[in-house]
Amino acid sequence: MGLLGLAGVVPAWARGGDLLSGVARKGFDEVSGSNIDLTVARSAFSTGNKRGGAIAVNGSIPGPLLRLREGTTVRLNVHNQLEEDTSIHWHGLLVPFQLDGVPGVSFPGIKPGETFTAEFPVRQSGTYWWHSHSGLQEQAGHYGPIVVDPAVPDPVQADREYIVVLSEFSETDPNVLYEKLKKSADYFNYEQPTWTDDYPLSGAQRRNWARMRMSPVDILDITGSTFTYLINGHGPADNLEFNFQPGERVRLRFINSGAATYFNIRIPGLPMTVVQADGQNVEPVEVDEFQIGIAETYDVIVTPDNDAAYTLVAESMDRSGMGIATLASAPGARAAIPPLRDPPLLTMADMGMGGMAGMAGMGGGSESMPGNSSGQGAARPGMRDTSRLPADVEVGPGLAMVSANPVDRTGDPGVGLSDVPHRTLDYRKLRSLTPNVDRRTPSRRMEIHLTSNMERYMWSFDGKKFSAVSDEPIRFAYNERVRVKLINDTMMTHPIHLHGHFFELVNGAPADRQPLKHTVNVQPGGSVEFDLTADEPGDWAFHCHILYHMVAGMFQIVSVANPVGEGA
Amino acid sequence: MKTAVASLLASVAVSTVLASPAAAQHAGHSLAEPQQSADAKTKCEEEVARHRAMGHPVTDGACEPAAQPEAAMDHSKMGHMAMDHGSMPQGRPAEGAIDHSQMNHGDMGQSETDTSSMDNGQMDHSQMNHGQTGSQVMQGMDHSAMQMGSNADIPLLPPPPEAGSGPARAAVSIWGEQAMAEARQELIRETNGGTRFWFQGDRFEYQARKGADGYFWEIQGYYGGDIDKFWFRSEGEGVFGNKVEKAEVQGLWSHAIAPFFDFQAGIRQDLTGPERTYAVVGFQGLAPYKFEVTGAAFVSNTGDLTARLEGELDQKITQRLILQPRAEINLSAQDVPELGIGAGIDRFETGIRLRYEFAREFAPYVGISQGWRLGRSADFARAAGEDPSVTNYVVGIRFWF
Repeated sequence: MGLLGLAGVVPAWARGGDLLSGVARKGFDEVSGSNIDLTVARSAFSTGNKRGGAIAVNGSIPGPLLRLREGTTVRLNVHNQLEEDTSIHWHGLLVPFQLDGVPGVSFPGIKPGETFTAEFPVRQSGTYWWHSHSGLQEQAGHYGPIVVDPAVPDPVQADREYIVVLSEFSETDPNVLYEKLKKSADYFNYEQPTWTDDYPLSGAQRRNWARMRMSPVDILDITGSTFTYLINGHGPADNLEFNFQPGERVRLRFINSGAATYFNIRIPGLPMTVVQADGQNVEPVEVDEFQIGIAETYDVIVTPDNDAAYTLVAESMDRSGMGIATLASAPGARAAIPPLRDPPLLTMADMGMGGMAGMAGMGGGSESMPGNSSGQGAARPGMRDTSRLPADVEVGPGLAMVSANPVDRTGDPGVGLSDVPHRTLDYRKLRSLTPNVDRRTPSRRMEIHLTSNMERYMWSFDGKKFSAVSDEPIRFAYNERVRVKLINDTMMTHPIHLHGHFFELVNGAPADRQPLKHTVNVQPGGSVEFDLTADEPGDWAFHCHILYHMVAGMFQIVSVANPVGEGA
Repeated sequence: MKTAVASLLASVAVSTVLASPAAAQHAGHSLAEPQQSADAKTKCEEEVARHRAMGHPVTDGACEPAAQPEAAMDHSKMGHMAMDHGSMPQGRPAEGAIDHSQMNHGDMGQSETDTSSMDNGQMDHSQMNHGQTGSQVMQGMDHSAMQMGSNADIPLLPPPPEAGSGPARAAVSIWGEQAMAEARQELIRETNGGTRFWFQGDRFEYQARKGADGYFWEIQGYYGGDIDKFWFRSEGEGVFGNKVEKAEVQGLWSHAIAPFFDFQAGIRQDLTGPERTYAVVGFQGLAPYKFEVTGAAFVSNTGDLTARLEGELDQKITQRLILQPRAEINLSAQDVPELGIGAGIDRFETGIRLRYEFAREFAPYVGISQGWRLGRSADFARAAGEDPSVTNYVVGIRFWF
């Protein structure tokens, strides 16, 4: 499709190449040591009854687990066997900027047939991942897990551990998926309000949504209508099994390697104790379900005991599909697979009117209510009051909504989870396990608005696509400590990732216990703040980790000045 | 989707707080979720116990659920700075529940603040040195909700001069000017929203009616990016067996001027009948309530002014079965007899089509449409032996790629 625009990027397999050659293996090998080779190549992939082109690294999807050790030096050789440029970003690892793997920001990219070597000291421990930062290759399978074992005894003790890599597979080429979104943004959404749905929406509410030209089910761009959700490369039909002995402490390292999917994770009957977020240890907190943003990682401890088997459910946030695995005490043991829950609806808070719910006399999250419940429109705040925006936000066709009251939503467990009948995780429950180093009060604040026009599928920071600000990076002085506020002027949750740094979420924790993150979810119509110590000199990518938002323009460069003055 | 408890309670809390500012101070230490209010209460009681151990008097019942609904409050918005502690009801707040970080004790000035009514005579804030609190110093107190530096203390500022200026060029010294320039250009190209081609057969249909059956097409499409596009459209009709009755093509520059609207300007060429070329100025977009609307004014090479306004609405019956009412009105500033156009409302057409989207891109439909020619236009029709009112039963496909 997309005759003119796409002709140049249709891969060989889609032009009639042999699909049988090199079908990628599901799951991953482990590679470790001081010298590691990674080979990126065209491949094919199949799961269930779906089959399509893919990119595999070392022949598997996900690619191999990099098992590193804190305090060592590792040399990673990336061989590009594609017919196009590629790259690998070591997501969450603290590396010199020129090895960070973002073409056009940290390096020129890896040409076809070439090898790129990244050699760097491993300065940290925890659960991370790697992925391509070239085009949409990540969606095609170019990703894999990283585990760095600590140099000192791990404060998290477990009898066994599993890595749980969450992702998606579509038969359709990622470039075509993007093309469809640009032409018809609700293309993949088959949970839309209709005359025959059973959403708890009154006629007045439906008319109000229509009046705003927005949708209460605009939750994920790409859905189970095309995605098969994968756990370690295995679709629901692939019967992935994690074995345990009853009573063992099992560590599950969850990594959301999805390109466009938020997952809600639960193991019915088995509480999970979250011990690590984004590779950084946190004070243990027990939950029954948590939402994992794209590119986030969470480590949890479970102690399965009573039952022979438990189902691990990774349900997409819009509830259009799920990834499934089984924790089994004996091979083949299975537990019931819960059905998909009803799709959630967006609320007043998701429209940036968090604090106004009470004012308008309606239940905020309890029912989806744009405008007045009686339909009289008595208290209809404007959806695009641009006078609320600072001068540096560009007001144009790419900005369809302004959050009238973007409240701090770090206490919210995420779209669809505020009414589940069990314990959920939210950012305010995260506390660093050990004290943070930098306890300075930030010397300044800055604000960045997340902006969009869903109808045109345009995404940006401050109303400006990267192409409009490619010469105006976000600048920090070396070692400067800045409080950054992200304000979401859209109705979708965005996982915002800053390369090369950990920032501290301002979540109500004491200054020295604010949790460290590399990726933060900014909930619809809400805001989040983080304190950043800009102590990694160089140029770093800063972007929404929904792959299709990034390529649509929601991308910027963060430039941290070099203390010795060179290069920046 | 029932009860988002947190938001609900937050809204309750808003009204509570508005009524009683002092009460809001309870919330500082218990940011727990409402469903964990029992847990929060326990924490509060632990807190109280600690404070009692420190010698602070705390009234009984300070942890009762009356204080709980505020749990979900966003303190950063509350403006504690302006609060008058002297107005607190006697003995009401548990000292342990006060959010110290928001209070900016340094600025309070003991002499100006009547703390005696808080019944905390044994607590000397000035010696607690909140400004420099490291967790080690205060460990015993577990200020779980404490934030270092409220936003009011941190100025909203641009980067300092040491942050540098100009484009990001750190990688240039390592990888070379040219290699980085090429890669940067590629990155910009990759993230600018792209340029693409879209083609839609909006109505491609067979029309059954009294007399000879006919056909009708309306196609449109574009080539371009997010803001500027080359837009084209064509429509035409005829009767089977005869040559095409009416056909036109338009080529337009389409420029996004608002989130939901494009401005369009260009030319229209009629391909049948007396040769006419028109200048076109119009708009296309999505109106409130999701009406897809198109409007254009046409000035012909003979100086005639006409206009056309179209609107349609997708009503989803199911995820794939869609009912689409539409209406179109053609206006003219003058009679154009050789084209059968009458001044005023030249013709009005309304229709309803029911389509089934086997795929988003491919949807067969059935429908009915009714067209009227009005006023002078109706006279022209009758003179030509045509009926000014025509009902069409239609079958067609809607497709795009």
